[in-house]
Amino acid sequence: MNLGPHADFIIAAYAVTLFVVAALVGWVVLDYSAQCRILGDLEERGVTRRSQRKG
Amino acid sequence: MPMMDLANPTRFVNIVNRALPWLIAVTIILFVLGLFYAMNAPDDYQQGATVKIMFLHVPAAWLGMLGWGLMSVAALGTLVWRHPLADVAGKAAAPIGAAFTFICLVTGSLWGRPTWGTYWVWDARLTSMLVLLLLYFGVLALYWTAEEPGRGARAAAILSLVGAVNLPIIKFSVDWWNTLHQPASVFRMGGSTIDPALLTPLLIMALAFTFLFATLHFAAMRNEILRRRVRSMRLMQAQELAEAT
Repeated sequence: MNLGPHADFIIAAYAVTLFVVAALVGWVVLDYSAQCRILGDLEERGVTRRSQRKG
Repeated sequence: MPMMDLANPTRFVNIVNRALPWLIAVTIILFVLGLFYAMNAPDDYQQGATVKIMFLHVPAAWLGMLGWGLMSVAALGTLVWRHPLADVAGKAAAPIGAAFTFICLVTGSLWGRPTWGTYWVWDARLTSMLVLLLLYFGVLALYWTAEEPGRGARAAAILSLVGAVNLPIIKFSVDWWNTLHQPASVFRMGGSTIDPALLTPLLIMALAFTFLFATLHFAAMRNEILRRRVRSMRLMQAQELAEAT
């Protein structure tokens, strides 16, 4: 595949897109594991949600 | 499934947990297919190989605008119907829409330099797209800096509705003003002006980016629901401690 005389611009565009998408995926994955960890800690300490309480 | 079932955050999280693996798989397949077609697409007769930037730039532009459109609908849900998931949807869409708008501006700039001879020009299409990115930053600032989440959500919803005025300006800027940016060439009266050899990979990449957006949005909505659950549990814990002492 020949990208011609402007290969740098094409590669830079794909690199920036890959970086931003990877950052978004990383943010979503890390945020999910952080929220799950905090919820687990709270439940371990006996804190429950209102909807889970009896009576 | 009745729509009301989706209004229940716990049920929504369960649905997302089941749907995410499928969405991820479809997104990956579409990107592999789209990139294969994009890399093997012929060069444009005028722009040469730089036309390959179009396969990123155009879907990113569409999704930057779609993100704001989604936030505007969610804003109606927040302000009018006070739907429990509307604010969650709006807040989750903001950083993703901002990221796609940023990709659109950067790839457009990198495409502009070899094509137009400049990275940036203050023409109507480019400027209105930059305004969209600034509006996204405004909404994010409202969400992140509000001391009381409900007040931040209402302010962000109002800005989302006001900012929706910018969407038709972006779309029709190339028709209303004399711009350096090319006019609409995919969705237009009389059909697309793009050769099928370039249009096919563009549409596949657009579909791949749309699935990526949906996947990220559902995952971010799930995170936001869990964050609100954490907040409410911490408040209840603090209330119990205060009552005990």
